[in-house]
Amino acid sequence: MSASLTLPALLASNPRLDQWVGFSTRGRVTVSTGRVEIGQGVLTAMLQIAAEELDVAPERILLQTGDTDLTPNEGYTAGSQSIQFGGVALRMACADVRALFLDHAAANFGYTRADLAVRDGAITLRGEPTGHDYWSLAAAVDLRRDATGQALTKSVRDYSVVGQSAPRVDLAAKVFGEPVFAHDVVLDGMVHARVVRQPRRGAAIASIDEAALRRAAKGPIEIMRHGNFIAILGADETVVEAVAAVAPNHVVWDGVDPINPFQEEARWLLQQPSIDRTIGPPPPSEPTPGTTRHEATYTRMHVAHASVAPSCGLALYRDGRLTVWTHSQGVYPLRDALVRTLKLDPAAISVKHVQGPGCYGHNGADDAAADAAVIAFLTPGKPVKVRWRRDEEFGFEPVSPAMVTTARATLDASGRPVDWTTEIWSGRHSSRPGGGGNLLAAEALPDPPPHPPAVEGGYPPGAGTRNGEPLYDFPAKRIVHHLIAETPVRTSSLRGLGATLNVFAIEGLIDELAERAGEDPLAYRLSILSDVRARAVVEHVARISGWQAGLPSGTGRGRGIAFARYKNMAAYAAVVAEIEVEESVRLNRVWCAADAGLVVNPDGAINQLEGGIIHAASWALKEGVRLDGTGISSRDWENYPVLRFSEVPEVTVELVDPGADRPCLGVGEASGGPTVAAIGNAVAHALGARLRDLPLTRERIMAALLRA
Amino acid sequence: MQSTSLTVNGNAVSVTAHGDTPLLDVLRNHLGLVGTKFGCGQEQCGCCMVLVDGRPEKSCGKPLSTMAGKAIVTIEGLGTPDRPHALQQAFLDEQAGQCGYCLAGILISAKALLDRNPSPSRAEIAAALDDNICRCGSHVRILRAVERAARLMRKGAAQ
Repeated sequence: MSASLTLPALLASNPRLDQWVGFSTRGRVTVSTGRVEIGQGVLTAMLQIAAEELDVAPERILLQTGDTDLTPNEGYTAGSQSIQFGGVALRMACADVRALFLDHAAANFGYTRADLAVRDGAITLRGEPTGHDYWSLAAAVDLRRDATGQALTKSVRDYSVVGQSAPRVDLAAKVFGEPVFAHDVVLDGMVHARVVRQPRRGAAIASIDEAALRRAAKGPIEIMRHGNFIAILGADETVVEAVAAVAPNHVVWDGVDPINPFQEEARWLLQQPSIDRTIGPPPPSEPTPGTTRHEATYTRMHVAHASVAPSCGLALYRDGRLTVWTHSQGVYPLRDALVRTLKLDPAAISVKHVQGPGCYGHNGADDAAADAAVIAFLTPGKPVKVRWRRDEEFGFEPVSPAMVTTARATLDASGRPVDWTTEIWSGRHSSRPGGGGNLLAAEALPDPPPHPPAVEGGYPPGAGTRNGEPLYDFPAKRIVHHLIAETPVRTSSLRGLGATLNVFAIEGLIDELAERAGEDPLAYRLSILSDVRARAVVEHVARISGWQAGLPSGTGRGRGIAFARYKNMAAYAAVVAEIEVEESVRLNRVWCAADAGLVVNPDGAINQLEGGIIHAASWALKEGVRLDGTGISSRDWENYPVLRFSEVPEVTVELVDPGADRPCLGVGEASGGPTVAAIGNAVAHALGARLRDLPLTRERIMAALLRA
Repeated sequence: MQSTSLTVNGNAVSVTAHGDTPLLDVLRNHLGLVGTKFGCGQEQCGCCMVLVDGRPEKSCGKPLSTMAGKAIVTIEGLGTPDRPHALQQAFLDEQAGQCGYCLAGILISAKALLDRNPSPSRAEIAAALDDNICRCGSHVRILRAVERAARLMRKGAAQ
């Protein structure tokens, strides 16, 4: 057992124990978490943590998640932090609750405290039943008190639920087609609504051809206009959808600033004004005698979240209270943003999470919820459902910014870096609502909020700078960051943030340096990597993939290896990719070894790592947002192709046990950067020529072959 | 408005709606069968896949007027928690899914495949699912689950 006297941060900010645990129904335990299910399986892991620490069967637990009326405020479910931080808070809260019941039993029934334990909710004395349990004592043990952090949490050695693979609690309902998604929610008397979006921020309505819109309607519709916010409402979703599809043709806008479509490729960033900073020691002014320099520049286009379905939000404004149902990653921050947008008191707004299509960052979910909230606010008493159209999601969700990363090394006589710089040019990786503005609906209303300034999160973990610092043993390392404030399209966080390109660049240059040194990429990496856990995953993936040094390059078949520890503070992951190239890349196999510390649900973690690999393979080979003069032009799956079933590789993921009681490390984003980099390295090996611009499409392969 | 008669999951139904109403909207909004999902409305993602007279079809692009007399099977018609279809059981056994939004359409595509080919190869399964997009990256588990279901069904048929 181990005691912690400082509270985990999320427990310190939500200290009341009754916010986390309740026993109001006999035989059931209500457990609340601010974390929400976004496809990652967090509900199952949280349930395991609570069951373990409370000593109750997992089946007894009812989970409440992401509800401003019911659950702790844990900010956003993002950044692979749910288990690493949210889970730690929940575990401590549960340990405190369990201790309070045992203290109460000892104090009131004359038991020796050390002889007491809990077995599936029942209190035992030296292993024998006492006749008391959580429910019989619930009235006497008041949980309306703050956590102390003094309770002993269980030792990992005593775990029986945490650390065992558990089936996902949410999967059965999805396999049987039950209504689990926001899209499936039906409210009595509900109207369907679609918004006619401002083509660009600041655009103003010049004219609306309402007659044309009504002609397109095969049933009753209502046209709502407030400032530059236009919505089509109606009881029949088919009618509303059909009008919305043609509506952009019947609205003329002023103030639509054109954009430069060439900005879909990232190198324009190099010419932009930027907010600059250096993290780490200043670069050496004089070249050191006996050293050489090598650098290479890697780029990536804007990347879409491209969730499998467009976003959906519902809202009802009645008797001065607004209730919103959303698949946002953060119900509390969304509530705060709606407070500002609608000038309502926070106590008058409830925001409730309902599951949505897989979420990999700040997509259209908050905006769709805000659309519904604004429309509901303007039509009191009427429940409103807004489901974005597919082209609306592609066209208006925030995308991950285009990036340029130059990796630059000064090498000693053995070809190993003595000085390393990662220089990064990127737009903002975060523009979530809650920080003020950043909701499309709010920007279209009269008196729109000011455009929030571009910000880069502190390093570590950084945003554009994320994983900009290699974990290798270089005597001097620095990040030079150029934050580009003005981007042609709205950008925000997507799984991995800057780590995806930064790891691609760093691990690409490491391969280039190994080649210059005439060494095998695996052996070269191990020669500059002393972190024991990092070495373990690299060696493990080499073993399971049967890595062979010295395979010839330029044969059309290739293998690549890459490694990163996500944020340099979450899980470690090493990946080997095996590919073939003719005109395009065929990804045959991927192996991954990861160390995530204590793993709550091994199969859940492996599922996340596998998903990250396939998602990243799609980024590496296919994904790039296309632009035209007005904005995003890749607005369907033909113009924004993604990896399909017949293109996915065989995937093998193994967890490497760090061998001691180690804290949980987030895994959700750990495999992405290493996968993209391993594929890049495999393509270079197969072609004998390196491609440094993502995605590695057929066109780019052909161009590289022609250059070679 | 017109009345159209069709069979959904074995039940005869009559729907009064415009003839160009997509079958998907008929299922979700008129019949309350929300298991079939909207994904794109452009027949590109497979979220809305249903069986029409045994063939997998994207219901977002099928107007009601063309559905008269057809037999439709949706995810709700596949199995229930008490009596799961072999595919549903296999998806649970393999933990094949993350967000799960794409699964209804994938299960329908897989059923259409196994109905015509009880012993598909991995490549044939992948090809049969190429019209279905999964974005969470559950593909490998899904392919395994369809293989498992095929084995379960062959075993069931042999008994």
